[in-house]
Amino acid sequence: MLSAQDLHITFNPGTPIETRALRGLSLHIPDGQFVTVIGSNGAGKSTFLNAVSGDLAVDSGRIEISGQDVTRLPVWERAQRVARVFQDPMAGTCEDLTIEENMALAHRRGARRTLGQAVRGPMRELFRERLAILGLGLENRLSDRIGLLSGGQRQAVSLLMAALQPSRILLLDEHTAALDPRTADFVLQLTARIVAESQLTTMMVTHSMRQALDVGERTVMLHQGQVVLDVSGEERARMDVPDLLQMFEKVRGEKLADDALLLG
Amino acid sequence: MSLFSLLGAVEIGLIFALVALGVYISFRLLRFPDLTVDGSFPLGGAVCAVLIVAGVNPWLASLAAAAAGAVAGLITGWLNVRLKIMDLLASILMMIALYSINLRIMGGPNVPLITEPTIFTQLQPENMADYVLRPLVLLVIVVLAKLALDWFFATERGLAIRATGSNARMARAQGIHTGAMVLLGMAISNGLVGLAGAMFVQTQGGADISMGIGTIVIGLAAVIVGESILPSRRIVWATLAVVVGAIVYRFFIAAALNSDFIGLKAQDLNLVTAVLVTIALVIPQLKRKLAARR
Repeated sequence: MLSAQDLHITFNPGTPIETRALRGLSLHIPDGQFVTVIGSNGAGKSTFLNAVSGDLAVDSGRIEISGQDVTRLPVWERAQRVARVFQDPMAGTCEDLTIEENMALAHRRGARRTLGQAVRGPMRELFRERLAILGLGLENRLSDRIGLLSGGQRQAVSLLMAALQPSRILLLDEHTAALDPRTADFVLQLTARIVAESQLTTMMVTHSMRQALDVGERTVMLHQGQVVLDVSGEERARMDVPDLLQMFEKVRGEKLADDALLLG
Repeated sequence: MSLFSLLGAVEIGLIFALVALGVYISFRLLRFPDLTVDGSFPLGGAVCAVLIVAGVNPWLASLAAAAAGAVAGLITGWLNVRLKIMDLLASILMMIALYSINLRIMGGPNVPLITEPTIFTQLQPENMADYVLRPLVLLVIVVLAKLALDWFFATERGLAIRATGSNARMARAQGIHTGAMVLLGMAISNGLVGLAGAMFVQTQGGADISMGIGTIVIGLAAVIVGESILPSRRIVWATLAVVVGAIVYRFFIAAALNSDFIGLKAQDLNLVTAVLVTIALVIPQLKRKLAARR
């Protein structure tokens, strides 16, 4: 379960380039739900994600994961509860380390790092088994440097790594945006499969309205740092991209009207 | 070159192999450009020499030197991680501070160890020349250090340090306290350099305030030479490469200084080092350019 209450983040406060990225954003995601998050550039999608992961500190508000207040915890202390796949395929893995070493890091996510050997025999079996799911032949390349892999391959491995340890929240930050359409499709299908298998509470930020409606069970739209649309169930099932676009335009129009009133 | 000067080069090479292992950890694994070594090398030497003169067992004095180096590395790391001072600058500050600290420890610009016991005189058998024994003892110490590092960097903790240097953001997302890993890595790195300083004073007959000048460049040269001889990112091979690089490098330096026809003298050492490192740094770029042209 993820609960965000009244989150505020302002960049460069008190300067001409002041940006109010989050303006009282609240969102509650029950256990096991797969939520897709859309919104235009600057709507606060990435800021929100970074606030949940701990990369950005909130100015005010409260973030709870499974009932535990994590608002003030740094990234590495939240890692036990939060798994993450970045937009940049290079960001989610260590290129200097081998495939198995990267997976071993993820295998101990949130646990104390001991003086035991990082990669052990039984672990390799598990890694091979998981990598075989991808059908890319990576299960035979455990000791290859991960820097030798393509972006799509690395993103697929990042996804597997995110699911190696049980976590309460999976954060996906436009994780298919940097991939070619075919690879993006492959990674998206893999995402749906892994989320379903591990019943992860998932928040996926995406630029694609198509994607937002195709995967997951609930879609949230952000605008100017707030949740402006929240659809699920029947209503969402009936929706198509034009409907979503229309609602988006409507929201933006209302907002503009609001602002015009305020200014007037 | 005579056997005597050959073994001398190997001896110094092995001492700088310890420095190079430390530099490999900071520059390559942590990607922390650390100039602290110019201060932690004489720090190790000063601590060791002063303790031996005070009657402490030379082995204990050497250990204390390593510990002192580790503390210096820890402080540099702390300046960077906690006080958010740029890495290079933090290490320069520490290096400068250590100059004064080393003078304080030694109580003067040098501490001679000519007649004092060292780990080498303690092990000296009657039927072996000291210039043969010293490289042998050092070889054992360097091999032990290399194996210890190989083991450590394959552990979960060691892997966490490597991940921190390779991709800190990813490391944090995996629950690694990257700040603590920088401190730990810097402590290990400078601990090795402090130990090297202790070996240096025990083979060279004393500690001197200027013994640290250029340590970082020599260490870096060893790392670069080693990497070009044995290119591998696997820890086991990389540490071997660094050790080999340090010995090969000192061998070349000795050869250059011993060749009368070139006309180089001992005082040209740092210049030769700087020129060699520059060449070693430029060669990979030239190679790439040539490869691109083809």
